[in-house]
Amino acid sequence: MSSRSYTSRSEFEQYTFNPFVAILVPFTLILLQAYLPHIFPRLMILDLPLIAVIFFAVGRRNPILGALTGASIGLFQDLLTGQPIGINGMAKTIIGYAASSIGLQVDVENITTRILMNFGFSMLQSALLYLIQHYLLAVPGYKILWLHELYRAIFNTLVAIPLFLLLDRTKRRE
Amino acid sequence: MESFFSRFKNALVLIAILLAQTIALATQINRAADPSRPDGPRVRLLRLWAIALISPFERLSNGSGHGIRAAWANYIDLRHVRQQNRDLQKQLDDLRVQRAAFAEDALEGQRLRTLLEFRQNYAAATVAAQIIGSSGSDQSRLLILDKGANQGLKSDMAVITPTGIVGKLRDVFPNTSQLLLISDQTAGAGVILGSTRIHAILHGSPVGRIQITNLTPDSRIKPGETVLTSGGDGVFPRGLPVGVIESIILDPEHQPYTLITVKPALDLNQLDEVLVVTGTAALDAFTLAQEQQDLAADPLAHAADISAGKLPGIHDDKDPAKPADGTDPSIPPPENSTNLTPKPKPALHPDRYSPGSAPPATDLTPGAPKQ
Repeated sequence: MSSRSYTSRSEFEQYTFNPFVAILVPFTLILLQAYLPHIFPRLMILDLPLIAVIFFAVGRRNPILGALTGASIGLFQDLLTGQPIGINGMAKTIIGYAASSIGLQVDVENITTRILMNFGFSMLQSALLYLIQHYLLAVPGYKILWLHELYRAIFNTLVAIPLFLLLDRTKRRE
Repeated sequence: MESFFSRFKNALVLIAILLAQTIALATQINRAADPSRPDGPRVRLLRLWAIALISPFERLSNGSGHGIRAAWANYIDLRHVRQQNRDLQKQLDDLRVQRAAFAEDALEGQRLRTLLEFRQNYAAATVAAQIIGSSGSDQSRLLILDKGANQGLKSDMAVITPTGIVGKLRDVFPNTSQLLLISDQTAGAGVILGSTRIHAILHGSPVGRIQITNLTPDSRIKPGETVLTSGGDGVFPRGLPVGVIESIILDPEHQPYTLITVKPALDLNQLDEVLVVTGTAALDAFTLAQEQQDLAADPLAHAADISAGKLPGIHDDKDPAKPADGTDPSIPPPENSTNLTPKPKPALHPDRYSPGSAPPATDLTPGAPKQ
């Protein structure tokens, strides 16, 4: 009797997304990110594109695809800002790569894992943006308010969990 | 070699993507030396595509959102509209009276400034624009306007509201434009402190505050002092309100300079409509022509004389023999007369100190011997 052994979680649970969903969901989240703070300025603390990066990177469980997803979403986000293009692109490339790599190792369907992952990646992104702005671009007077970033991470996590449950419906098992 | 690439394929792809973005960043930073053109043509084109892609949805959302809010607001407002109308009518009447007085004062001020060769720009033409979106990032305080080059907007135009300054236009696209808020860390403006008249440079901070960092400690500068645009930056017209000084501390990073935080005159997070200053003028055409006539008539006229000419005087300079009001100064006014301007009585024994006995100052020669 022939038996097949699964060497990694990527072979066990790898999802794909309808191309329409893969484009429309990040675009909608970027659009909301640009529009909602205009109505509710406090929502500026939210980072919906980051949630999209984590969700798609984790779902695909392919580091290269994860990095490309992060780069695409981050670069598009940069285009809407007045900052040089690549700041969010670089940060989200690393996030996408890391999220995909973690998706290979742990059960990312678990809600506790999702909470930790969203919180951790939000903090990681804040640190990456600080490194890029402070050391790579040497922006004068650039500071990071860690308490503010902590609130951002908590708020992002609170929004990400129900959003992940909603977006889970768009997954297709390979 | 093949096994190396296949083994580290993921990491190599990650490094390649990061390297490409680092090079792109370096290229942009290198080009950003000219502040009036922050982006190269290719980057600008990419931004144009991104905004063109997203702005129709923002316009739609903004329009429908405004419609819903306006409908609700109309319903609520109708309950008190009659009383409000009465109050507003009364305010309008008062303001009309005040405006007439202010217009007269403003005209006089303009005349004096022209005579002193002190020119300043006024917002002569503006275009109203609606905010339809934002950058979506608190790292970049940038808003999207629904007007662009087709409506006459250009980069670096000042954006204001009647309450105060908002920022300036960054990139202008055919039908949209980017508004860089004054609170963005890359924004700045030349300002003047209201009472002390100290000039300073104001700029945004990474956390979205407005700060002045180029002043040394000065006991005359106090919290609560108003901050106005100085007009020296070539972007904002002079005299527009910026805000009030909120706090003054010693800058811990740049001693001995102070870190002055300015509270903006308006909430920069709650903007719906703004005015883009599309044209500035030193003076309007009528006033300018009038001033030129005055200057041509008497090139040596002093600003104080022009000002004094508008004040009630005791003599008509054109005809010294004839009193200004046509009455003889020696005859006191009747008791019920409303003309109570004090007139000097003629001296009983005129001497060289009596009014009218001294020759005019223009006839006197400094250092000349006494006659």
